[in-house]
Amino acid sequence: MIDWSSWLFDGLLAVGLLLLAWLTVISADLFRAILFFIAFGLFMALCWARLAAPDVALAEAAIGAGISGALLLDAYRVLSAPTLAAAPALSRLPGLLALLLGGVTGALSWVFWRLPPPVLALDELVQARLADSGVSNPVTAVLLNFRGYDTLLEAAVLLLPLVGVWIINRQTPAPLESIPVGVTDSPLVDTLVHLVTPLAVLSGAYLLWAGAHQPGGAFQAGSVLAGAGALLLLSDRLRPTATPQALLILGLILGLVIFCGLALGVMADGSPLLRYPPAHAGLLILVIETALTISIALTLLLLVSGAAGLRWGRRW
Amino acid sequence: MTWLEFGFPWLTTAIAWTLIILGALFFMAGSVGLLRFPDVLTRLHALTKADNLGLGLICLGLAWQAGFTPVAFKLLLIWLLALLSSSVSCHLVARYVLHAAAREQRRD
Repeated sequence: MIDWSSWLFDGLLAVGLLLLAWLTVISADLFRAILFFIAFGLFMALCWARLAAPDVALAEAAIGAGISGALLLDAYRVLSAPTLAAAPALSRLPGLLALLLGGVTGALSWVFWRLPPPVLALDELVQARLADSGVSNPVTAVLLNFRGYDTLLEAAVLLLPLVGVWIINRQTPAPLESIPVGVTDSPLVDTLVHLVTPLAVLSGAYLLWAGAHQPGGAFQAGSVLAGAGALLLLSDRLRPTATPQALLILGLILGLVIFCGLALGVMADGSPLLRYPPAHAGLLILVIETALTISIALTLLLLVSGAAGLRWGRRW
Repeated sequence: MTWLEFGFPWLTTAIAWTLIILGALFFMAGSVGLLRFPDVLTRLHALTKADNLGLGLICLGLAWQAGFTPVAFKLLLIWLLALLSSSVSCHLVARYVLHAAAREQRRD
């Protein structure tokens, strides 16, 4: 028997996803394109959830739609109005680009379709060795243990855009007073900050802890904390500064330093790089993920603020 | 299978579906209001009122199906958080509109 309701839902989801992608590329109005992109990210997260990949869905919703959306809106605000007005109304470029990318996607799908089934069943391999990884969530086991090398490099890559922001800031400093009109003196915003900030810290800590046995982990926890930070930034509890502080830099590199330290540390008793002893693997992964969460949260928050450093704001 | 069934399994499903469909209708009304109303303030009125009630009814319907479980509690939490953030953002948008109107008046 065919399950019509889920076919209908998945069909709508797939059509909506393609439609939103098309609208994002084709929109002449930049603001509209950004909103379509955020909606696209949320649809994408729903698709991942339907594909039974809640880890990816969480990451897509938090980073793909949330943080990226905030970054794009931030960039839109900084772009001056005359620049936008001078942009060509609608060239053929977006359509051509969409066709080209669609063609590449089609070709890749065709190749993927024709591939012989994999000889090595990786999922079975992961399940068989899960007990040695120190965690019971297979996604965390792969990210932090079996393929820890990839995550280590990823933690380093995440710092690169920040270096870019610092370089640009040195040449053309970002405006340091950019609180929207009528936001800081509203009593309702105070209530929101007082209620949401502790809740965000709590759910960030929960996501970090839960990553060991169910969907969650450093990236999801870090982006939730960065979201709370953005709220503090917008309500004048935090303020951007032109130069980074020493403590802030320490927080930014904490994840990478601890990850590298432990990856090298396990070599002391003769085992290869990044191979944790199974008896202590759970604890090591928790320590690494905690440090990574702090670094990821600070990195994302600094990217959203567009400034080099942060200091406490006026309103506490 | 929940304690809310009163001995009639179909009743749970019927009540849950009624609540969810009612919630979907509120979402629909809110969207129509957003598209059809003339200015920002009336659109906000349509959007926040309908969305809050719509989401509330859908969460209630789903919670009714879930029974007295942690899932029901999480659904309630989701609704309360959405209620909080949507009312504050509505307030901020409305406030911005009033500020802008006041600036416009001073310039004239």
